[in-house]
Amino acid sequence: MLIEKLQERFGAVLSETGTTHGQDYIIVVRESAFEVLRALACEPGFEFNALSDLTAVDWPERSPRFDIVYNLNSLSRNHRLRVKVQIPGDDAWVESVFPIWKAADWLERECFDMFGIEFRGHPDLRRILLYDTFEGHPLRKDYPYQRRQPIVPETDPIVNPIPMSR
Amino acid sequence: MPLPARWKEKIEASDPADEIMEIQMGPSHPASHGTIKFNLKLDGERIVDCDVEVGYLHRGFEKMCEQGTWTQAFPYTDRLNYASPCINNVGFALAVEKLLDLEITERCKYVRAIMSEVSRIADHLTCLGMAAGEVGAQTVMFYMLEAREFLYDLIESVTGARLTITWCRVGGLAHDLPDDFAERLRASFKCLDSVLADCDKLLTRNRVFIDRMSGLGIIPREDAISYGLTGPLLRASGVSYDVRKAHPYLVYDRFDFEIPLGERGDNYDRFNVRFQEIAQSRKIIEQAMASIPGGPVSIDDPKVVMPPKERVYNSIEGLMNHFKLVMEGIKVPPGETYFAVEGANGELGFYVVSDGSGRPYRVRVRPPCFFGMGALNKMLIGHMIPDIITTFGMINMIGGECDR
Repeated sequence: MLIEKLQERFGAVLSETGTTHGQDYIIVVRESAFEVLRALACEPGFEFNALSDLTAVDWPERSPRFDIVYNLNSLSRNHRLRVKVQIPGDDAWVESVFPIWKAADWLERECFDMFGIEFRGHPDLRRILLYDTFEGHPLRKDYPYQRRQPIVPETDPIVNPIPMSR
Repeated sequence: MPLPARWKEKIEASDPADEIMEIQMGPSHPASHGTIKFNLKLDGERIVDCDVEVGYLHRGFEKMCEQGTWTQAFPYTDRLNYASPCINNVGFALAVEKLLDLEITERCKYVRAIMSEVSRIADHLTCLGMAAGEVGAQTVMFYMLEAREFLYDLIESVTGARLTITWCRVGGLAHDLPDDFAERLRASFKCLDSVLADCDKLLTRNRVFIDRMSGLGIIPREDAISYGLTGPLLRASGVSYDVRKAHPYLVYDRFDFEIPLGERGDNYDRFNVRFQEIAQSRKIIEQAMASIPGGPVSIDDPKVVMPPKERVYNSIEGLMNHFKLVMEGIKVPPGETYFAVEGANGELGFYVVSDGSGRPYRVRVRPPCFFGMGALNKMLIGHMIPDIITTFGMINMIGGECDR
């Protein structure tokens, strides 16, 4: 039922819709992803007021390479929807959904940290779980899981103060 | 030692009355139970800005899960929220079972629900006890940890371990409840009741405690939803959302229980919601124990569940079955699913993707306290340094889960 409503409302910008294991999902083209997500969050009938989760999946053999996965939840209408956006590996960006859900702040930072995806319009896109001098993005499939990073040299905080962010 | 030039300039240039002081609190601070750093900007003792730095306990959970079989991910899930590992086990097992379209046995559903609730009580006791200890109520902390100890004994009698239990399996459980479980449960609850009664008297109407908790760390309803808060944090803001009610899993739709709600969304409401949830979890366990059916706890499917040891040692089919399951893992058909359970801190979701091989292609966990930490900045601005401790305590950040 939700899927029909979505097709009727968004039509052309949905490249795929479906239901898998009882869960509805849609795939949206990148250029209109932000508009679709904003409509999903605000319009009556959808009211996906909570961003449950935001993550990415790396498919190195596939083109486009990355899936950005938004798991949406509506607390008022009690339904869930998965929105996917497919983006190429050499041009990995999507628009930030921080203006829609504040939860996106940290979720997008984590996704950037782990996959190196650029979230355009994010107010403060920097690493969150890993440290600034970490090289690479570990959840990409081409990052060897046993790779070791150099030890961060100890610095004197007075001589070399840790920059305050923001 | 001469003063560094940077300090000298600052001291000469500024009027100390209106200077904004930058202080880093953590990552190893005795009052914050968890490795976390607050980069604070202070006007006197008032917080002007607070940048929360997490990640000190990052171990690459999601990457490690991709290296082994689906079953081998269970020990990692124990270490997410290590105060209630059973709920993590159950959540991951249910997510994989959803991908496999498996229907687990009736008894298994009940046992998982019972142990989830026992874990939830243990988790809430930890959170409340620590929060009380941090504001000086050491007695309450030790009372609650004593009660938790009885629950850990109970968990140990079922799973064989106190924290790192690795007790769920895809398609069932490693073992059933012990024969004397009902008696042990009664004994634990007896202790729990007396502890809760004592703590209620010591805390709930305690002037000092209320002054330290009430009106602090407020997060209004709309903001709470927008920040993705779930669990006790969201319910303290007055939103009646509980995964057990909204998207029932296991057998939660058969039990009669309430969702305690707060009004203002401050620390005292969070405390109260957690305190009352302990009673609700008790209620669920009692109903489940009254109606738990007999029968096996694991399904009978050689493609998913390990054969019994007698068959492995005495027949070639059993040995081969065991070998295939250990070496190649459970063949989960290609697909993806998001499955959420109500963890002690909120919605604990697993987004799992399979490519059809025996190994997970992607395991993503939605850690509930990560969202609480994201909103901490909003909760703290305008308050004082000592309020960091109570607010942070009520978020109940668990490093293993937040940083993964």
